[in-house]
Amino acid sequence: MITYLIKRIMWMIPMLIGISLISFFIMHLAPGDITSTEASFNPKASEESRQRLRETYNLDKPVMVQYGLWLKRIVQLDFGSSFASHQRPVLWQVKDKNGNISKGLIQEALPITLLINLFGIVIIFTISIILGTLSAVKKNTWVDKAITLFVFIGFAIPGFWLALLLMYWTGVNHQWLPISGLHSLNYQNLSMFSQLIDLLKHLVLPVFISSLSGLAGISLYVRNGMLEILNQDFITTARSKGLNEKKVIFIHALKNAILPLITIVGLSIPGLIGGSVIAESIFSIPGMGKLFYDSVLMRDFPVIMGILTIGSVLTLIGNLIADLGYAWADPRVRKGIIK
Amino acid sequence: MVYTKFKFSLNTILLCIFLVSCTDNKVGAPNYAGNYSKEDGGRLINAMTGEPSNLIAMIAGDSASSAIAGNIFNSLLKYNEQLNYAPEIAESWDISSDQKTITFRIKKGLTWSDGSPLTSKDVMFTWKLVTNPNTRTPYGSDYQLVKKATTPDAHTFTVTYEERYAPALDTWASLHILPEHLLKNEDINNTYFSRNPIGSSYYMLDDWKSGQQVALKANPLSINGKANINNLISRVIPDTSSQFLELTADNIDLMSINPIQYQRVFPNRADLTKKISLYKEMGNGYTYLGFNNKKAPFNDVRVRKALNYAIDKDEIIKGVLLGLGEPLSSPYKPGTRWNNAELKPYPYNKNKAISLLQEVGYHKNDNGFLEKNGRVLKFEILTNQNKQREMTAVIIQRRLKEIGIDVSIRVIEWASFINQFIKTGEFDVVLLGWSLSLDPDQYNIWHSSQQGPGQFNFLGYENKSVDRLLEKGRMELDVNKREKIYHEFSTILLDDSPIVYLYAGYGLSAINKRVRGIKEPSPPAGIYHNSHDWFIPKTLRRNEISDN
Repeated sequence: MITYLIKRIMWMIPMLIGISLISFFIMHLAPGDITSTEASFNPKASEESRQRLRETYNLDKPVMVQYGLWLKRIVQLDFGSSFASHQRPVLWQVKDKNGNISKGLIQEALPITLLINLFGIVIIFTISIILGTLSAVKKNTWVDKAITLFVFIGFAIPGFWLALLLMYWTGVNHQWLPISGLHSLNYQNLSMFSQLIDLLKHLVLPVFISSLSGLAGISLYVRNGMLEILNQDFITTARSKGLNEKKVIFIHALKNAILPLITIVGLSIPGLIGGSVIAESIFSIPGMGKLFYDSVLMRDFPVIMGILTIGSVLTLIGNLIADLGYAWADPRVRKGIIK
Repeated sequence: MVYTKFKFSLNTILLCIFLVSCTDNKVGAPNYAGNYSKEDGGRLINAMTGEPSNLIAMIAGDSASSAIAGNIFNSLLKYNEQLNYAPEIAESWDISSDQKTITFRIKKGLTWSDGSPLTSKDVMFTWKLVTNPNTRTPYGSDYQLVKKATTPDAHTFTVTYEERYAPALDTWASLHILPEHLLKNEDINNTYFSRNPIGSSYYMLDDWKSGQQVALKANPLSINGKANINNLISRVIPDTSSQFLELTADNIDLMSINPIQYQRVFPNRADLTKKISLYKEMGNGYTYLGFNNKKAPFNDVRVRKALNYAIDKDEIIKGVLLGLGEPLSSPYKPGTRWNNAELKPYPYNKNKAISLLQEVGYHKNDNGFLEKNGRVLKFEILTNQNKQREMTAVIIQRRLKEIGIDVSIRVIEWASFINQFIKTGEFDVVLLGWSLSLDPDQYNIWHSSQQGPGQFNFLGYENKSVDRLLEKGRMELDVNKREKIYHEFSTILLDDSPIVYLYAGYGLSAINKRVRGIKEPSPPAGIYHNSHDWFIPKTLRRNEISDN
């Protein structure tokens, strides 16, 4: 088992190098660099100053050399700092000589995105398992059809549009929920508990919108898995033993039906750090999606590479966790690994 | 991860349809109609689409940064309401008889918001900083023209230029003076100060929640005197529809709006017009159709003129801006002295366009397209992802098709646009914008020497008389003589038609009626120029008990 783990982790290194190399080159295929952003299209800005900026950032060197420089820093876990004029560190905070701390871009954006996505995943999986099981058990009845219709509407409805309608309804018309942002203006003066409530209130709509589109896929997955299991001999056996239907479904069938979900959970780990640009823009949430999107438009290479690197590390770890989870849940796989 | 470019216009339209059909909701009934006298205090909340990057303006390039930094820092002089130079840090300035030396006399007793004195040393420090090659500023070149700068005493700052340089005062009006005592040992490119600045103007930084909001508070030591409104909070709300909802819900006081909201949404919503006023002012930029003047057929002035006649600017202003803009005939703000009022835009005249093209040798072929020597007159309009520009291109395409020109449109992301087309010069026609700068100097855009890659005369315009006028205008510090030079320049430029001036859109704002003291109609400098003088009467303030 341990040799298997070590082998898997060692394999990640060449994978990561490959991924970063490809990302780096693709990123450089897009025309332009930090000096060609819209703000620099100002007749008062001279070409010499842009050229100097390119030299400072080594953008005048061949891509291979730039990759080498980047790799050299990254193996020391130095993600560098943004090319943007604020020059903030990409990953983690740094202290200057006076002891002032400037926080990392990912450090600030990641917790927000993680929070929303974790809520989202828990909600998606819980509701999907319930809905999926229900549709499988009540196969082809109106319940099944209504659930399918609902999850597909949720999948198909444009998120930004629904978001705006809900913002209008809950925020402007009824003032139940805040419209956008993460905190109220008087956040600092609230008690700890009220601060938590304030944050949660701000998260209700973003989490709802981001969960809605995820329901369709997973609930249908559960439904199909469940149907397949329900037709198998051991279920017939369980029923013929005289077990009541609840026991058959929840203990015998469901356990087997959600087994494949482990892979999906594993694969959604990298998704945890990715935010949606649309939702984040509408709800004014400074998360990872907006950070990545803005850096791509600005050609802020250190930030783009930072996010991609962390994303790929998490994807690889997610795969590993999924495999281990399988081994834990399924004796057949476990035996295969130990062999 | 999903990285879809968000379509603002689509959701604005959907939202408008939805909002127009919605019923009123209850609003408290503050008396907006009353007359109020000025009082101190209160809090103004506005919205911005992007977060400022760096409050040291010479290093930041984004508009959010300059908007916030402008509340914190001062320059030697400023533009007043009528866009004339007025004292700020300097109480007066003299120009030597050879017009090469400017002496600024700095007001006495000025302080930074931390209490330290603001003197000519700080001005000197700032000049050294902006001209230092290690400073990552794109704006250094203007200040490098200064041959010698001296500070004879704490209240005098003198600069001597190698050559007479007419835009000099404009450059000093846009350079924020920075505190030497806080920055002398700092790396200006990467300093904590850039997000925790100490300035001298109306406001000082109170609190900056990254990605969410920047809060400013009135600076009691402000060298301009105290602003009426105590707290100025700028919330980062990237989506304009969300901004609109926040404005509707009374959570923000102020936002920029688009022509649809100005003309269609607000007039239909009595509940909004009751509490929100709309303002329009001359905008700061114009949109143009620029020809690749080096490339056939645009190297023939008759073709450029024909296209200018064939485009109906009024129709574009009506269609794209819903009438909220003005046609232009020079690259200067209408109503300012640099704008030559005698010039008139090319009127829409289809027949004149056709006869000019026939003169060049074009005739209609069997398919109805204009053709010369077997080659159809066709070209591509390039523009960046900007809804108004895309719509404009479509209207132009239709008008030009009417006279037999085959136009295609291509919309490209900004960085690709610059690198693949502008820098290489491989384009036919672009649809872009320039700002309407306050100084009339247009050397970088129209002088024939400015055509290198990365320079701004990418349209390849060359005219000896224009070159001479631009050189002369740069060296003439007498405003009346200067005015004449630029009027002549605009006349030639219009006649040469290297670009078609399409429109200068109005800047549109929606501001809650609790905010008082806004000048209407807006002076040439715009409605925001006296924002320090705005006030919020106590009875109209939001419930602010929990905040202070």
